[in-house]
Amino acid sequence: MYLNDEEKSMLNGDFGQAKKWALEHQIKVGKFFSASKFVNVSQAHMMVDPESIGQAGVIFLEDLVNKGAKVSIPTITDPRGVDLNYYKPLGQTEEMAEIDRRTIKACTSMGIMMTDTCVNYQTIMPPVYGDHVAYGDTGVVIYSNSVCGARSNFEGGPSALAAGLTGRTPQYGLHLDENRLPTKRFCVKYQPKDLTDWGILGAIIGKTLGSYWEVPLIEALEVIPNSDEMKHMGAAMASYGSTPLFHLHKITPEAKNLKIEQFANLDLIDINSSDFESLKSSFGNKGDKIDVVVFAAPQLSIVEMQKVANLSHNKSFKVPVIVCTSPQVYADSIRMGFIEKIENSGAKVLQGTCFYQQYAREIGEANGWKRLLSNSTKIVNILGGYGYTPALASMENCILAAVKGEMV
Amino acid sequence: MNKILKCHPGIGDKTEGIVLCAKDNFSARYDLDRVKGVFSRPQHKLFGKSYKNKILVLNESKGGVASAWMLYEMKVRDMVPKAILFNKANTILAQGAALANLTMCDRFIDGDITSLLKTGDKVIINPSEGYVEVS
Repeated sequence: MYLNDEEKSMLNGDFGQAKKWALEHQIKVGKFFSASKFVNVSQAHMMVDPESIGQAGVIFLEDLVNKGAKVSIPTITDPRGVDLNYYKPLGQTEEMAEIDRRTIKACTSMGIMMTDTCVNYQTIMPPVYGDHVAYGDTGVVIYSNSVCGARSNFEGGPSALAAGLTGRTPQYGLHLDENRLPTKRFCVKYQPKDLTDWGILGAIIGKTLGSYWEVPLIEALEVIPNSDEMKHMGAAMASYGSTPLFHLHKITPEAKNLKIEQFANLDLIDINSSDFESLKSSFGNKGDKIDVVVFAAPQLSIVEMQKVANLSHNKSFKVPVIVCTSPQVYADSIRMGFIEKIENSGAKVLQGTCFYQQYAREIGEANGWKRLLSNSTKIVNILGGYGYTPALASMENCILAAVKGEMV
Repeated sequence: MNKILKCHPGIGDKTEGIVLCAKDNFSARYDLDRVKGVFSRPQHKLFGKSYKNKILVLNESKGGVASAWMLYEMKVRDMVPKAILFNKANTILAQGAALANLTMCDRFIDGDITSLLKTGDKVIINPSEGYVEVS
């Protein structure tokens, strides 16, 4: 792997032990994927929730701080695992909160901005076309690659941190143009109607692909999905398939100039209404009792918050309802009265967290929650492994179910 | 004579152990109870099986970025597989292996590693040379 003079100096320890670790880590990863060199990145986005990093991860971060670690490019964070203003009522422990506090302290010491969001492309600073970035959170990466035309691999927490420290990442995977071309075609024969449908479409495609190294070209959409719709589709696709990039024919930036004839030899897979029904039917039925309703994964945008607020107005929920949003959207939602409307119905809005990243197993056990309902196709995929029996419905039906205590 | 399966050079140290194999994909967040050290996703072929000290052999890595930190955290608690062999690893699992110094290889020249190996096989993995020896 080619190293320039600056990189050789980093590896030599001339920029301190933290950057030396970071570059060594990146070289290991780069060699695994046959990267020939590094590429500079403009931003890093790090997943660093306490459930994932644990005590070991915090000690690792604190050790880097002691070695003088400072990020060299804007570096931001994915959702936290604990809303420090509201964790005991959820059954989260002081130990969990303490890991979070120490993580925040370590990250802040390194110059990392605690944005605590997985919708940074809606709220912080979206990348631009051709922008090389090192983003964590699969939903962030797939949106940034597909909708913005940025270039990022899935960067797990350690690698995003390494990129923040060195300002670069090994040039492999989606940093190379040849890996961004379609490998399979999908023809959409049922047009998604709401956010959940868009999530289901993403899930069907992700499930079919089942690989980080496949790129879908999605054809025959009759509408241009908005940012929240793209968000749910991408997050579900990445969750079910580990897919980091999609192209919507004639819609997304890199698909605008693609000529279908060039890809005529690729498999073309139809997606029909029966595929939507089939996926939906594996996640609950009308009349099923529910223990908790969750709106999260990804965190809600201001537009989704307004919708939840309007749907919740003058309602009284029989089962707990949890809404997760970013600190940026939360502040706006207070100002606009959305939080008040939502919480008056008995729901709770958490800021800077996302349900599946906040000790979902322990929260479920502490509260006796097993049957979880959400409009997020991503979260129902994840939580099966956390001891839940997840169910899926539209936002409207989730609200009605919360009032009734069962699926409608 | 022992069978040699060539692959792309991997990550981690030379190691040996007993295979636990399935054709499923893998994510530490989606599929594991990392406290008990078992597969916890009911739909996974290895559901209920202990992964500790096993050589996991699986199709591809899937899902989110959390697995990168999780492999390191599992390694420090000594609740980790001895190595993981994939047909194709995604970036996250490779990054996690790099941090944890967990042995990991993928891209086998002879074909589908989940068919070439079976649960119970004894193997030696040499990631720097890029091969797996089946005894």
